[in-house]
Amino acid sequence: MITRLEDKDLKRQSRRQLLKLAPVAALGIFAIPKVSDRLVEAGVHFSDWAAGVLFRTQHRAQTFADSEVVPFEKFPYNGYDVLDPEVDLENWTLTVEGDVQRPGEYKLSQIQALPKLMQNTRHVCVEGWDVIGAFGGTPISNFLTLVGANTGARFLEVECADDYYESIDMASALHPQSLLCYEMYGEPLDRKHGAPLRLQMPTKLGYKQAKYLETIRVTSVLKPGKTGYWEDQGYSWFGGL
Amino acid sequence: MGNGEGNNNEGRNQEEMSKEGGQDAGSPLESVMSAKADGAEGPAVESAEAKVDEPVLVRAAYEHPLPIRLTHWVNAMSLFVMVASGLRIFRAFPSFGPKIPEKVLLDIPKSLTLGGWLGGALQWHFTFMWFFAASGILYLAYQVGSGHYRTVLFTPRDIAGVWPMARHYFFFGPKPPASGQYNPLQKLAYTSTIGFGVLSLLTGIVLYKPAQFSWLAFLFGGFHLTRIWHFAAMCGFLSFIPGHLIMVALHGWSNFVSMLSGWKREPEYQE
Repeated sequence: MITRLEDKDLKRQSRRQLLKLAPVAALGIFAIPKVSDRLVEAGVHFSDWAAGVLFRTQHRAQTFADSEVVPFEKFPYNGYDVLDPEVDLENWTLTVEGDVQRPGEYKLSQIQALPKLMQNTRHVCVEGWDVIGAFGGTPISNFLTLVGANTGARFLEVECADDYYESIDMASALHPQSLLCYEMYGEPLDRKHGAPLRLQMPTKLGYKQAKYLETIRVTSVLKPGKTGYWEDQGYSWFGGL
Repeated sequence: MGNGEGNNNEGRNQEEMSKEGGQDAGSPLESVMSAKADGAEGPAVESAEAKVDEPVLVRAAYEHPLPIRLTHWVNAMSLFVMVASGLRIFRAFPSFGPKIPEKVLLDIPKSLTLGGWLGGALQWHFTFMWFFAASGILYLAYQVGSGHYRTVLFTPRDIAGVWPMARHYFFFGPKPPASGQYNPLQKLAYTSTIGFGVLSLLTGIVLYKPAQFSWLAFLFGGFHLTRIWHFAAMCGFLSFIPGHLIMVALHGWSNFVSMLSGWKREPEYQE
């Protein structure tokens, strides 16, 4: 709609409208590196919070037919450091600590005695690739029941034989597809895939699924700067799918 | 281009004269003066003003209401960040489909990317996705709520006008008369970008949370295809932006300023 107005009025109007846009310039602070580091970190925290709220506790990730699973040889080995930390499989035990009624050392046989779940699910890497694999283990929730964990606690922390460490939210730990995994493709977990026990959660990215488990701790407090190997360097803590 | 502008000025003045004929009637000298005043701003305007002893009115249109300008600039900044950080993320696995066989489809130079490494790029991506989504949703809500979308939405009626406009821009064809705020080619371009925005947002949601939004992943043909759609949406933006910037440069300061102040001085169209 065209209006006709005096030059000075047009200028005044334009100036007033221009000023209304000034708050947008605030986004310019992202151009200052020191400030932007903190802002984008806050952005990821906000995203993690939203992801936690959106997480559907009983919604199952897609599962696949045996024919869709990639051959075992093509399932990539991925580690941050060594692929075989030379775990003593004979004498291995899982240390359970924190907010649990029965802390202590648990043998693999005790975990294997719990109801077993086998699932063909997609393993998604933060890098963007994915593979469909066959996994077997017991839902983490079964084990938490066994050790008398307080599932009202907020987090599950794990420590690994290769010095990797992770923490996950309790809702994801209790998800029916979240496993303490001791089998792949119907065989005991091989050393490079995290023998004897790893996390396997089709609702989480690969880096959350720690291998070579040694310790599980139930807690409501995470140490700042010690929430996960990659997370401490900037990856999203929630890391959900 | 300069030639085209000149023609337009003449047309505009004729129009003005016929509309305001009551005031200027019977003074050919004055109409010559005002034509000059229009072409070269400044002192000439003053003298015309003095002579008529009445303020010279400027034709202007409030083209871009505040929500449009706000969302335009927030979106422009977020888009820049999303593309630059997205290219960095793509470098981590520069391929589509499963991990093996891994082929490097495109080697994106590091200098074109943002974030320094995958984790840093993801931080930018996961921060600015909110600005990107918010600006897009606010824009669409305003356009639909206010009815302002009619000025820009490409409809079947605009199809016929696309080719003459493209011929004018790319093959020096005659300039079709301006019929509204946007010509059919502009409507096509702007409407497409909204499509790219919607596509990038929806596919982004799938890539971010494929398990939570499995139904959406299904609609896009699965996780692998979604990654391709997400990339394609970016290519859509990248094909739009250079043309958009060139057009802004060609159309001059007053046109550019209108996206800041909302007001466009002496628009090409009538009404």
